[in-house]
Amino acid sequence: MSENMQEKWLILTLVGADQPGIVANLTRILFGAGAELGEAAMLRLGNQFAIMLMVRAAGSPETVMGLLESVRAQFDLKLHIDETDAALHEKREPDVLVTVHGADRAGIVADVAGALVEAGFNILDLRSDVGGSTTSPIYIMQIEGEARQGLDKIEQAVSSLNQQGLSVRAVPLDTVRG
Amino acid sequence: MAALDILTYPDERLKTTCDAVDQFDAALREFIEHLQETCSGGPGAVGIAAPQVGDLRRICIVDATRAKRPVDNHGPLVLINPEITAWDGFAVGREGCLSVPDYTGKVIRAERIELKAQDPFGKSLRFTMHGFEARIAQHEVDHLDGILFLDRLVSRHADLQLRKK
Repeated sequence: MSENMQEKWLILTLVGADQPGIVANLTRILFGAGAELGEAAMLRLGNQFAIMLMVRAAGSPETVMGLLESVRAQFDLKLHIDETDAALHEKREPDVLVTVHGADRAGIVADVAGALVEAGFNILDLRSDVGGSTTSPIYIMQIEGEARQGLDKIEQAVSSLNQQGLSVRAVPLDTVRG
Repeated sequence: MAALDILTYPDERLKTTCDAVDQFDAALREFIEHLQETCSGGPGAVGIAAPQVGDLRRICIVDATRAKRPVDNHGPLVLINPEITAWDGFAVGREGCLSVPDYTGKVIRAERIELKAQDPFGKSLRFTMHGFEARIAQHEVDHLDGILFLDRLVSRHADLQLRKK
């Protein structure tokens, strides 16, 4: 195993006003420094662009912070770096998709997440949007996760949430592996 | 019987269009037994195609009886020279592959298909499949044409159709 392979993964979090070139400039600098990239999630939230990225073999958190100073300043990004025990090939496969929509109000995520965790649900991926109009906003959320106590428990939780004015459904995810 | 070694992406043999089977002999049936053993040993596998073990012939197994939750099915199927003759509807579903470890993604497939094939003795078969079994068959027939589910990925945020109860 090379020295680089023994180095811990860093998780970089970068947020800044969305504009073209953030990803290209960031990854060019990391590539130039010999860094290895792992799993990543990058998306636009509001008018901001958010990046979460596993990076290895680019040095200590302090070294990487210095390495990325130019791109941080160029795009006015907020940058945070954590050293972690994260590893690749540790994905977990979701077996349930929960979709939620309803008139936007405070507490939807807390209500849904609270009911689901009580039913043994472990969230692996959550994506939500606010649609509709500014005067009549609607909240839409898709959650993929594991039903650790079985689908029946999740369906009971969904039934309870539906009585609270939300439209919630749980769909089993069956994976074809061939 | 012995399980065969499974090729993994990016092995070029997985990108090869396979040849039709024209010899329905004992050697073919012996290979099929090995292929079935390999499928049974694959973690969570509901199908397998011959090119996944480096045999570039149009042979695959479709076995929806191995689904985690019960689904409509025609039992464990060995399909020689399978051909999908009709498609209807579409659905987004999650797929993985023995040849692409540690990754699953969303793929659009026809919801219902008609398929013709031959059995290990050369007898003609015809099936109408839907849902999960139809998805397996499309995944396996793709293998015989050198196509992986990676070639058909759609947005990871694509919604999944409500599974028929």
